[in-house]
Amino acid sequence: MKNQTTLTATILRAVALLVSLVLIAAACGGSDDASGAGASDSATGREASDDTAAPADTSEADTSNDVAGDADNEADTEADSAPAANPDAGNTDACPTIRLVTHDSFAVSDEVFESFTAQTCIVVEQLAAGDAGQMVSAAILTKDNPTADVMYGIDNTFLQRGLDADLFLPYSTVSLETLDFDLLLDPEFRVTPINYGDVCANYWTDALPGEVPTTLDDLVDPANSGQFVTMNPETSSPGMAFLLATIARYGEDGWQDYWQQLVDNDVSITSGWSDAYYGEFIAGGGERSIVMSYASSPPADVLFADPPIDSPRTGVIFDSCFRQIEFAGILDGTTNVEAAGRLIDFMTGLEFQEDIPLNMFVYPANTGAELPEVFVDFGQLAESPLTLSPAQIEAGRQAWTERWVEIVLG
Amino acid sequence: MRALRVGGALIPIALIPLAFIGVFFAWPVVTLLWRGLGADVGGDGSRLGEVLANARYQRIIWFTFWQAALSTALTAVAALPLTWAVANRTFVGRRAARVLVTVPFVLPTVVVAGAFTAVMDRFGLNSGTVQLRHTVAAIILAHVFFNVAVVVRSVGSFWSQLDRTPEQAARTLGASPWRAFRAVTLPRLRPPLLAALSIVFLFTFTSFAIILLLGGLGKATLETEIFRAALTNFDIPTAAALSVVQLVAVAALMIANTALARRASHQQRLIGDRAQPIRGRRDRVLVTSAIWGTALFLAIPIMTLIERSFARRDGFTLANYQALRVRARQLPISALDALANSLAFAVAAAGIALLIGGIASLVIVHGRSSLSRVLELATLLPLGTSAVTLGFGVLITLDSGVFDLRASWWIIPITQSLIAIPFVIRSVVPVLRAIDPTLREAAATLGASPTQVRREIDLSIGGRALATGVGFAFAISLGEFGATSFVGRRSDLLTVPLAIARLLGRPGDLLRGQAMALSVILMVVTALVVVIGDRFHPSGKGVL
Repeated sequence: MKNQTTLTATILRAVALLVSLVLIAAACGGSDDASGAGASDSATGREASDDTAAPADTSEADTSNDVAGDADNEADTEADSAPAANPDAGNTDACPTIRLVTHDSFAVSDEVFESFTAQTCIVVEQLAAGDAGQMVSAAILTKDNPTADVMYGIDNTFLQRGLDADLFLPYSTVSLETLDFDLLLDPEFRVTPINYGDVCANYWTDALPGEVPTTLDDLVDPANSGQFVTMNPETSSPGMAFLLATIARYGEDGWQDYWQQLVDNDVSITSGWSDAYYGEFIAGGGERSIVMSYASSPPADVLFADPPIDSPRTGVIFDSCFRQIEFAGILDGTTNVEAAGRLIDFMTGLEFQEDIPLNMFVYPANTGAELPEVFVDFGQLAESPLTLSPAQIEAGRQAWTERWVEIVLG
Repeated sequence: MRALRVGGALIPIALIPLAFIGVFFAWPVVTLLWRGLGADVGGDGSRLGEVLANARYQRIIWFTFWQAALSTALTAVAALPLTWAVANRTFVGRRAARVLVTVPFVLPTVVVAGAFTAVMDRFGLNSGTVQLRHTVAAIILAHVFFNVAVVVRSVGSFWSQLDRTPEQAARTLGASPWRAFRAVTLPRLRPPLLAALSIVFLFTFTSFAIILLLGGLGKATLETEIFRAALTNFDIPTAAALSVVQLVAVAALMIANTALARRASHQQRLIGDRAQPIRGRRDRVLVTSAIWGTALFLAIPIMTLIERSFARRDGFTLANYQALRVRARQLPISALDALANSLAFAVAAAGIALLIGGIASLVIVHGRSSLSRVLELATLLPLGTSAVTLGFGVLITLDSGVFDLRASWWIIPITQSLIAIPFVIRSVVPVLRAIDPTLREAAATLGASPTQVRREIDLSIGGRALATGVGFAFAISLGEFGATSFVGRRSDLLTVPLAIARLLGRPGDLLRGQAMALSVILMVVTALVVVIGDRFHPSGKGVL
């Protein structure tokens, strides 16, 4: 068995080499983080049109500083031992770190959290935890020893699950009065609304077989047979939103008939948004002209069009919209409640709120936040979106999805 | 067993892989299942019985099993012609063929599924009489596409080194080439074939995105059902019960598989590359059709992808590639930074897989029988475990003290290496078992020193297999999606597959174009890594 010795030695040598490579790679990765933040400030080049990027750096910055300034004063009276705000720019070694867990779709401009650190001497470490459902489930499982201090991205479809598990500590943000009142779903303020948007059916303007569809009932019109594609509510959040929209509109009994009519009208079901929009919808070369997407899809279509276009190629069926609200909350078990509160204050302040639309294509919860031009020109929200309470959703979800599968599979 | 001196203490070498699997796989998974079934609060795990008695779950278990079995069988059939060609004939592009089959392995499923759908549309397979969309056939086709490489590479490298004397004897005695293959070659190929097929089976048994994307509604497997229970319904007891069923099924099948492989692994002789030049017209036709048949099957979706990465509405563009340098709003870092992350993770994961898999292979081949069997099974199980179970298990166990690895850099390559280690072991073990002792004796007789003998023979033959396994480990890490997304990570540790999924999450030509360009770059990087790995393996010759 002597051959073992050499083979082991070679393996160990190779491993040593690989390990050193890893360490080098990790080191380079680490320095990239530091330098990359500055290097990628230009964001998405052409798309960051000057009109939209400029205000965030100038006029609005003052107002958001004021908001944060108020927070500073309050905090200082509470705890004198808190590290001094506004440290030397760049030197954040002595600053406490706060961990923010988000779903994978969270996006923010680099300079926004840098500005938070400059104002408060709190460094934000971002953690990604998959989609919203995955994030909430993981948070409940790790409740005794949470991975983060603050959670962002729990939405009204999963909110009750998080509240039932006592995930959050109550906190009322300093910006409370500026937030859209309709979004404050939790009277105990365990979560704070950050943004909202509508999940709606979209149509491809140039390829409709008949009239422009405007209502949910149009989707079951034989003229639109084989035109609509939506997603499985068990695996897709817009798919879930659409199922909830039909339940909100047609009631506990009526939705099943409606879905039977959709099936009879040859609705197509995919597992996720991407394979619907880019696989079956005309946008990606498919043949269907109506797809479940977002009210903000038309502005995104304009912003990311290549070659550029003047106006969106898609329209929104506002009657089909389900309102989705995303919240942030302080996770029970955090060791730094005060810093967590200041992060929530910052996320509801104007600087963060005005950064939201172009990064996540949803609307800021702060009514004082100004919208970017492309949203003003091409974005629109439903006047009376469909909705269900978080408690109704959590109580009904499993039975509804199981019944839904039966109907769709026939 | 041999021991390693660490800090003055002697540690039996076999403990290293056992400890690794124990800490990073067994402990998290067992803790989660224990809690899920309510055993920690005095529950009796009755959910397990309910799941097994439920008719719907019985159907799901049966479907999971047969689709995996059929996928595995068809993968073997589809891979056989090319495996034969690369193992037996030297031809221009032989190495390239081995590299190209590996490429599908790293492609994000959502991208491949898109390409498949486009191809099926183009050939009219989604409408009309033949409808592939949302069928079991589409699932199986995609499984074959992803897994052909496993058979071609590991069986091919074994076969090319197999002593041809028995076949020649059979032919001299009048056997037809086909009969010589069936009666003489095939039985001798059984160990690597069983090893490769066990991996394909595990992959298809726990496949997730392909089932959802290509199978559509109603094609539930244990894996998709665990996901549904844990996430849609937050019914952890049911998820845990289903995970137990999955683990037990995988364990039983793998015990049977390893027993078969052990029984078959005796009379082999591996003596270095024995491939011959193409001779005659018939030979040329066979080789050419083997290559082109496989190439067409693999290349059509890949070509679609490449085309899309350059396409724009009014022609072709390089903009999608140029855009990768700048951070897209949807990503926390630029796509190129994500690529740097992915490469660093892949190097680390391959390194861990090489260390743990290499040691485990030696223990499996030379260690005591009981230990050997335990290790062989333990290292395979992670491949047959749901990403949900493993990811959530890690979150609730590796969370304090020295093992506080949540959101650390290392947890990602460690998790990925759990999936990669079986590839290293299943490539190396059949070869080490088959090294012909007379070969060593012959070398010694010819005057080679014992060290030379080991280096020249064990390393050139075993090393080639090791290189194959490590190449796979690299590719797996580059393409891994599920476990990476479930263990939780710092946002700036984004990997390429996760970045692609995010770019495809929003309307816009530019974002989709970038996702396609990033997929193409992922393919190219994988191909390069495999080429380099093949070239630098210890024998230094890089025959295969």
